[in-house]
Amino acid sequence: MGVILFELALTFYFAATIVGILELFRGSKITSRIILLLAGTGFGIHTVNIIYRYVAAGHIPITNAHEATSFFSWCIILIFFILQFRYRVILLSSFIMPVVFVLMLSSSMLPREIKPLSPVLQSYWLGIHTVFAFLGNAAFALAFGIGSMYLVQEHYVKSKHLGGLFERLPSLQTLDEINYRLITIGFPLLTLAIITGALWAESAWGSYWNWDPREVWSLITWFIYAIILHARLTAGWRGRRAALLSIVGFLTILIAFFGIKLLQKGLHVFL
Amino acid sequence: MKVFVVGLNHKTADIDVREKLAFNGSKLEDGLIRFKELPEVQEAIILSTCNRVELYANVSDTIKAYESIKTFLSEFHSINKGSLDNALYIYDNVNAVRHLFRVASSLDSMVIGEPQILGQLKDAFEFALEKKTTGILLNKLMKKAISVAKKVRTETRIAENAVSISFAAVELARKIFTDLSKRVCMLLGAGEMAELAARHLLNNGVKEVMVSNRTYERACELAKEFRGKPIKFDEFIDEMVHTDIVICSTGAPKYILMKSQMQKVMKERKQRQVFIIDISVPRNIDPEINDLDNVYLYNIDDLQSVVDANMFERQKEAEKAEKIIEEEIETFLKWQSSLDSVPTIIALRDKAEEIKKEELDKLLNKISGIGEKDKEAIEYMATAIINKIIHPPTMALKEDTEDKDIMIAVIKKLYGINGEDAEKE
Repeated sequence: MGVILFELALTFYFAATIVGILELFRGSKITSRIILLLAGTGFGIHTVNIIYRYVAAGHIPITNAHEATSFFSWCIILIFFILQFRYRVILLSSFIMPVVFVLMLSSSMLPREIKPLSPVLQSYWLGIHTVFAFLGNAAFALAFGIGSMYLVQEHYVKSKHLGGLFERLPSLQTLDEINYRLITIGFPLLTLAIITGALWAESAWGSYWNWDPREVWSLITWFIYAIILHARLTAGWRGRRAALLSIVGFLTILIAFFGIKLLQKGLHVFL
Repeated sequence: MKVFVVGLNHKTADIDVREKLAFNGSKLEDGLIRFKELPEVQEAIILSTCNRVELYANVSDTIKAYESIKTFLSEFHSINKGSLDNALYIYDNVNAVRHLFRVASSLDSMVIGEPQILGQLKDAFEFALEKKTTGILLNKLMKKAISVAKKVRTETRIAENAVSISFAAVELARKIFTDLSKRVCMLLGAGEMAELAARHLLNNGVKEVMVSNRTYERACELAKEFRGKPIKFDEFIDEMVHTDIVICSTGAPKYILMKSQMQKVMKERKQRQVFIIDISVPRNIDPEINDLDNVYLYNIDDLQSVVDANMFERQKEAEKAEKIIEEEIETFLKWQSSLDSVPTIIALRDKAEEIKKEELDKLLNKISGIGEKDKEAIEYMATAIINKIIHPPTMALKEDTEDKDIMIAVIKKLYGINGEDAEKE
């Protein structure tokens, strides 16, 4: 049952990705609506899948790499839909759905069985820490998408060739504002994730900070986003620079996430 | 019963000829009524704009109609009949329908895709309705033309993208800033195009227009016009810290704003986006300023190339529009041919036959014990009744009269035959 739900969600995301790419070349109100419908249906099924695994396992389903990547994708789409209420940037889906699809695809290739939870993880911190971390990173993923859109639109305006997506992309200021907003959402979440992680580490291993690779990378990410916010507020690093930095920031997150996965060392091995 | 149009437009006639032939003000009512009174004309509409004068009519004989319309035009506007020959174009039947659809969809306009013509056409139609100079054919034709134009507008991008420099500036401002109503514009110097751009920005919601000029009095004058604030010329750079859009058009022979100065301004603005439009020739603003982050500098050539690209885009869209129009002509012609009497006669007969068959079936099911002969007699009687009933309307339809279209419409209505059914026959 869980497997079917997951594959079904993956299929809908795949369809949304394809239509999203079409949208870039031949967009219309109809394609936008189809994307929302496909991504929305996929998201609904995905939600049921996560709840199903939650019930089956008896704890939040983020305890292996399959679940983690899947939950991360879910968070990205959740924030994408929340964003639509305020800004209506459906075109963002063309930039973000491919990321979601790749994440879901890699998730589908990872082992899916629910293993008994190791004693270290049996803590209420599990839910709190991971939800903060994933929502924060999801906000950064969307900032990456918005940042890419900014660079595309900026390129049109700067180079004075107003072709392609110029007409359908939002204004530079709007994109910049959304980017800023996403980072101001992601940054406190990441901070909370690091703090709760430290508290959890203290209760599990007796020390707040262990210089485990994931901790180090989180700290690096935290510094990058701290710099983005600081430079914006003091030196007025908005627009292109903010967009570039938010792209760099998210790439760092991806390296941290998958790089550590490949090395498989340290305290966070279970993820 | 044919659609017929006689007209002239910006391609066939100069402004002085168009002026003379225009039906403006009170001339329109007078002209329309006299046009309708021409013996060859059964229905009439006059479309008169600054770029075209067109007379639409429902006629039976196009050659006679053309002569009499030409005479009417030359008499009404007291203009030499011979001088009209080169200016006038005529279309009939399918070509007239195509012409009207193209006019309504703004494919025949000076600037393709400009939106005003549709409104002007609607006004002309409404005026004719008010004066009761139209009938079944032109009413349907005009309604169709308006719906075709709307279809073209929604299904193609013909009216999108600015095709004038000042609108291109507004379009760009919209893609740089979120909300124009929070943005301040500064007009540096004066000049028709610069003022027009500033006015368009103001019409599109810009909060305020400040004006700076080498002569302060001129700045005050213009500022009054824009209800903005005059700025002393040597203070304009400081003022740029609070200005989001700058339109520059001074007669200065050299750059009045250098990159280093702009860098300072940007720092003070905390790098908030600035859109600078340099319309002046020679240029007044150091082109290297465009290399600065969050500064977008467009000169007159840049804007012109945006306009050219948009124009090209519209032409491509116009091809799509032509296809839509061809399809719609097809449906209109179908409707028109349904007005012809033959399909209506057939539909009328079918309707009667259908009723006969239904009633006979009902009756023969109810009564039993009658022989074949009786059955035949009953059927014979039913046939005789329907034949007698539909004979007069059939004869009326076959009669060749001027108001045959009305007759057809009336008979269809009375016998509950709709156009669709008649078309299928």
